Amino acid sequence: MSKAPLRIAVAIAWLAALLNFFPLAWMLLASFKTEVQAIASPPLFFFRPTLDNYRGIFAQQDYASFALNSIVISLATTLLMLLLAVPAAFAMAFYPGAKTRDLLLWMLSTKMLPAVGVLVPIYLLARDLHLLDTLTALVIVNTLSNLPIAVWMLFTFFRETPKDIIEASRIDGANVLQTIFLVLLPLVLPGIASTSLLSIILCWNEAFWSLNLSAHNAAPLTAFIASFSAPQGLFWARLSAASVLAIAPILVFGWISQRQLVRGLTFGAVK
Amino acid sequence: MQRKPAKAARVNTFPLLAPSVLALLVWMTVPLAITVWFSFRRYNLLNPMLHGFAGFNNYRFLIADPALSHILLTTIVLVVAILAITVSLGAVMAALFNLSFPGRGIARVLMISPFFVMPTVSALIWKNLLMHPVNGLFAAIARGLGLPVIDWFGSLPLLSIIIIVSWEWMPFAFLILLTALQSLDQEQLEAARLDGAGPVAIFFHIQIPHMARAISVVVMMETIFLLGIFAEIYVTTAGGPGIATTNLPFLIYQRALLAFNVGSASAAGVIAIVLANIIAAFLIRTIAKRLDV
Repeated sequence: MSKAPLRIAVAIAWLAALLNFFPLAWMLLASFKTEVQAIASPPLFFFRPTLDNYRGIFAQQDYASFALNSIVISLATTLLMLLLAVPAAFAMAFYPGAKTRDLLLWMLSTKMLPAVGVLVPIYLLARDLHLLDTLTALVIVNTLSNLPIAVWMLFTFFRETPKDIIEASRIDGANVLQTIFLVLLPLVLPGIASTSLLSIILCWNEAFWSLNLSAHNAAPLTAFIASFSAPQGLFWARLSAASVLAIAPILVFGWISQRQLVRGLTFGAVK
Repeated sequence: MQRKPAKAARVNTFPLLAPSVLALLVWMTVPLAITVWFSFRRYNLLNPMLHGFAGFNNYRFLIADPALSHILLTTIVLVVAILAITVSLGAVMAALFNLSFPGRGIARVLMISPFFVMPTVSALIWKNLLMHPVNGLFAAIARGLGLPVIDWFGSLPLLSIIIIVSWEWMPFAFLILLTALQSLDQEQLEAARLDGAGPVAIFFHIQIPHMARAISVVVMMETIFLLGIFAEIYVTTAGGPGIATTNLPFLIYQRALLAFNVGSASAAGVIAIVLANIIAAFLIRTIAKRLDV
C-alpha cells in the first residue's frame, strides 16, 4: 500500500482502538471522582482524584465476600472441569477410535443447548436439593456448561503432541507414572494452562446462572454489580470503582490468553 | 524398524471417557426432559392446588398471546442486528490491524478489552455514565454541539441494547477474523498488489474469501450466545418499556421466576431450544468439516 492511504488506515485503526476502549477509560476516571463530580455536567476531565469510592466498597459493601465467591467459583469449576476433561481429551487424542469423531461432535452439540431452555428445571432441582444460593450449585452448572469447550480445547492441544512419545519412553524403561509425569505432563502443560485460563475467564464473567441461582451468600461479582442497577443504588463513582475492581484481574488474563481464546471459542476451527 | 501402533489401539479408554460422557449425558437429557414434561403440565408455584396434564394449553396460550410474536421478533432483531454490526466492523478492523504499524500490539489489546468485561458492568457503565439523558457523556456532547439530547433507554431502548452488546461482541469477531487473516499467504497478497489490486479490491476479493470459514464460525458462535442475551437486559431495561426489549430468555425468566408459572415458562423454553437447535445443526456441520480425526 502506498504511503498516504497506509497512514490513513493506521490512523483509523488507532482511532477505533481508542474509541472502543474509551468507555472503560471513562469508567476508570469516574472511579476516582466524588459522586458529585461523577454526574457533573459538563463532564469533568480534570479533578482531584479520591480513593473514597474504593474505601467505601471494602468498608460498606462487603466487596471481599463477593470477590471471594467469584474466585472460589472460578477456581473450583476449573479444577473440577480439568479433572473430567483431561482424561477424556487425552483418551481421544492419543487413542482415537472409530467413534471419537462422533463423540467430539456430540459433546460440542451439548454446548448448543440454550441455558434459558433449562432454567426452570435447574432452578427447581437446585431448590429441591437445597442448593439455591450455594457455591456448589454454581460450580456444578459452570462445570457442565463449559466442559465441552474444555474437552475440545485440550483435545486440539493434545493432538499436536507426538504420539510415539509414550511408546518411546516405555522402551526406555519408564513405568506408567514416570511416563505421565516426566514425559507427557511437561509437554501438555501449556495446553492445560491455556484451557484453565479460558475457563477462569468464562466463569468470572458468567452472569445468567449467577443472577438466577444466587441471592446473597453465593453471589459472585457479576451479581454484586447487578445490584447497582436498583434505582436507589445509583452511585456512579461507586459503581465505577466496583466495576474496575471486578474486571481488572480478568482483563489481564484476557490479554495474556488472546490466542488460546480464539482456539477455544471456535472449537479449534480457527487457530 | 517399522513398529505398528497396534498396541495403542488395545488401550481401554472407557474409564477415561466415562466421567465426562456421563456428566454431559445427564446434563443434556435430564433438564431437557423435565422442561418438556413441565411444558405439558399445569404448574404454578404460587398455586399448588392447580396441577395436572395441560395438553398443549401452555403452548396455545403462549402462541395466542399477541406479545409472543413481538418477543420473537425482538429476539431475532437483536441477533441479526448485532451480528451485522459486529461481523462487518470486525472484518474491516481485522483487515486494518493486519497491516503492521507502530504500537499495533497495544492497539489490539485496547480493541479486544470489552470482550473480557462482565456483561453487568458493560451494561451499567453504558446505561449510566454514557447514555444517561441528563448526566451522561453523550448528552453532554450533544448539548455541546447544539444537537438534541437523546433519551437512549426511553426512546430507543432496543437500539441501546444493540449498541451495548455489539460493543461487547465486536472484539470477539475482530480477534477471530484477525487470527484467520494472519494465516493468509503473504505472497498471494504481494502478487495481487503487483497486479495492481488496491486495498479495497484485496479486501473483498482475497481477504473476505479467505475469512469465509472463520466468519461462518463467528456468526454461528455469536448466534448461540446472542439468542441468550439476558444480563444486559436484566440490569438496564428489565424488558421494558412495556415489552420493547423483552426477548425470549427474558420472557422465560419473567414467567418462571417472577410469575412462577412453570408450565408456561417451560413451553417458552422448548421454543428457545428448538430455535437454538436449528442454528446449532448448521454450526456443527461447519466445524465437522474441519475436524480431521
